[in-house]
Amino acid sequence: MNFFLNLKEALQSLVANKVRSLLTILGIIIGVAAVISLLSVGESAGDSITGQIESIGTNVIYILQGNDDDDVTNAKDLTLRDADALANSGLASDVAYVAPVITGVREVAFSGEGTESSILGITSDYQFVQNLTIAEGEFISDEQVEGRSAVVVLGPEIAEDLLGRSTGIVGNTVRIGSYPFRIIGITEAKGGSSFNNPDNNVYIPISTAQTRLPRSGSPDSVGYILVSATSSETVDAAIDEVTDILRQTHRIPPRSPNDFTILNQQDFLAVASSITNVLTIFLGGIGAISLLVGGIGIMNIMLVSVTERTREIGLRKALGARKLDILLQFLTESVLLSLIGGIFGIIIGWLISLLVSQIAAQSGAPLEVNVTINSVLLATLFSAAVGIFFGFYPANRAASLAPVEALRYE
Amino acid sequence: MEKEQQVIRVENLVKTYQMGEVQVHALRGVNFAVNRGEVLAIMGPSGSGKSTLMNMIGCLDNPSSGDYFLEGELVSSLKDDELAIVRNKKIGFVFQKFNLLARATALANVELPLRYAGKNGNRTDLAKSALESVGLGDRIYHQPNELSGGQQQRVAIARALVNSPAIILADEPTGNLDTKSGDEIMRLLLELNQSQGTTLIIVTHDPEIAKVAERVIYLRDGLVEKEEKQR
Repeated sequence: MNFFLNLKEALQSLVANKVRSLLTILGIIIGVAAVISLLSVGESAGDSITGQIESIGTNVIYILQGNDDDDVTNAKDLTLRDADALANSGLASDVAYVAPVITGVREVAFSGEGTESSILGITSDYQFVQNLTIAEGEFISDEQVEGRSAVVVLGPEIAEDLLGRSTGIVGNTVRIGSYPFRIIGITEAKGGSSFNNPDNNVYIPISTAQTRLPRSGSPDSVGYILVSATSSETVDAAIDEVTDILRQTHRIPPRSPNDFTILNQQDFLAVASSITNVLTIFLGGIGAISLLVGGIGIMNIMLVSVTERTREIGLRKALGARKLDILLQFLTESVLLSLIGGIFGIIIGWLISLLVSQIAAQSGAPLEVNVTINSVLLATLFSAAVGIFFGFYPANRAASLAPVEALRYE
Repeated sequence: MEKEQQVIRVENLVKTYQMGEVQVHALRGVNFAVNRGEVLAIMGPSGSGKSTLMNMIGCLDNPSSGDYFLEGELVSSLKDDELAIVRNKKIGFVFQKFNLLARATALANVELPLRYAGKNGNRTDLAKSALESVGLGDRIYHQPNELSGGQQQRVAIARALVNSPAIILADEPTGNLDTKSGDEIMRLLLELNQSQGTTLIIVTHDPEIAKVAERVIYLRDGLVEKEEKQR
């Protein structure tokens, strides 16, 4: 049997039942569009999250208080002395900068306009650990940390929120809680998501934070300590050094577990990608279910078609069609249905992804949704497979009809 | 020598259907032979096994027992796909209800057996000349619904002829036609039998149709009741 004739005949038969074919195709369109758009949204959400984690810097190490893995109770607080020990120890040759951080949430206000914001109490080295660049003014200096100055460096976004602009505002005074702080600098816009956006940060000297952001625990304690390794290659060595030093300062006996937790970017990436993978699989699964339903639609309509055309099948067999000829004839029809649905589904899925991108951009969460070649290939193959899989049963039924009975069928 | 003359030889053909608990003996040992170029009519009342015999001769079904030789080849024990090839190459069917593909042109309908034969090159030419030989050379791109009943049956005859089969098997070929078109169709079938020497087997219950045959086989209760030579 000639392939193109087969194709032409399949097309003719689909066109002969336009409404029925369109409705069947619609099922596949919805399924494929769902797979394409959900997969690309999932993938790009993952990309966006890992991208942000990577933008933190590959050589940054986070030291957090406590250790959930080993059930350590009565973990000692991380303190400024720990940070000093890390910064000044001759043993930490792979550590570049150490930045203890105190965090708190306070209202930040300018001339009555206020907003709740997270405040970071930091030292001057924080700038180098996080690679912050200053757009205007200057960053917090060691003198200001020592002198407990009431100065503040703002991210451009929160500056925009409070003062209506992010330039020419150095020298103004904002209120944090009930205390006035003089603005000495604005950081350069870095971009980022809502969950970790440095452009929304409010930086004050750590010493000022100790008194103005009262916390529980010892007055010397800090929220966490950031350490940067000298390069991304020395991260592991730096982690070992940090661990040794902190075990000493915390007086942890040998063979006892650490009472602190060290995370680096790799750990965050691992956690984030496992979350986004689950997300992508979940979204793809939803799409796959609708594609499955579309496939059942194909099977249903092909079964109807086989029944309707029983006499035609009988005739074809009488004229010499073999089992395979009939099988291919009906499989061609079902694959054609699913492939047409697949093509339109890809287009519509792509449009949906574009729309999601637009909406995300407008709501301030830049999510670049790209339809990847992978998901297009996947959808095409998958829809063809759906056509074959769900078309096979009806086609086989047609091919197995006994010619005598098929010819006699009314 | 006589064997060479025989296109069809049927020996002790038995077909039994299982209808639930009941066994239906449609054919109970049928014997006959058909010579090349002969016009044979098979007659009998309904329930005589006429249709079953036609299905056997048309290689649409296997007999329960007995032998069927078509052009010397034992075809009664062939498998489905082998039977399909035999039908395609050696048998041309003409049905009471024409059985044309409704959405295909006359030409495409006639080409259909050639497609299943795997012929690609001169398919269109063969189909065209078959349509010309039934007098429809000017209607080749018409669809069945644009043709009269008689013309549709002519397309079906062209389709039966196109693979140059050993036999043409016509099942009540005039059953759905008025007298005039019926006569025309019968004349055409006989003409083709004369000009191309194709063996023609007509299954009918109409004595008028059977009159044109050289020989008539009467079936009753699954057995050959009598044979009559008319010419």
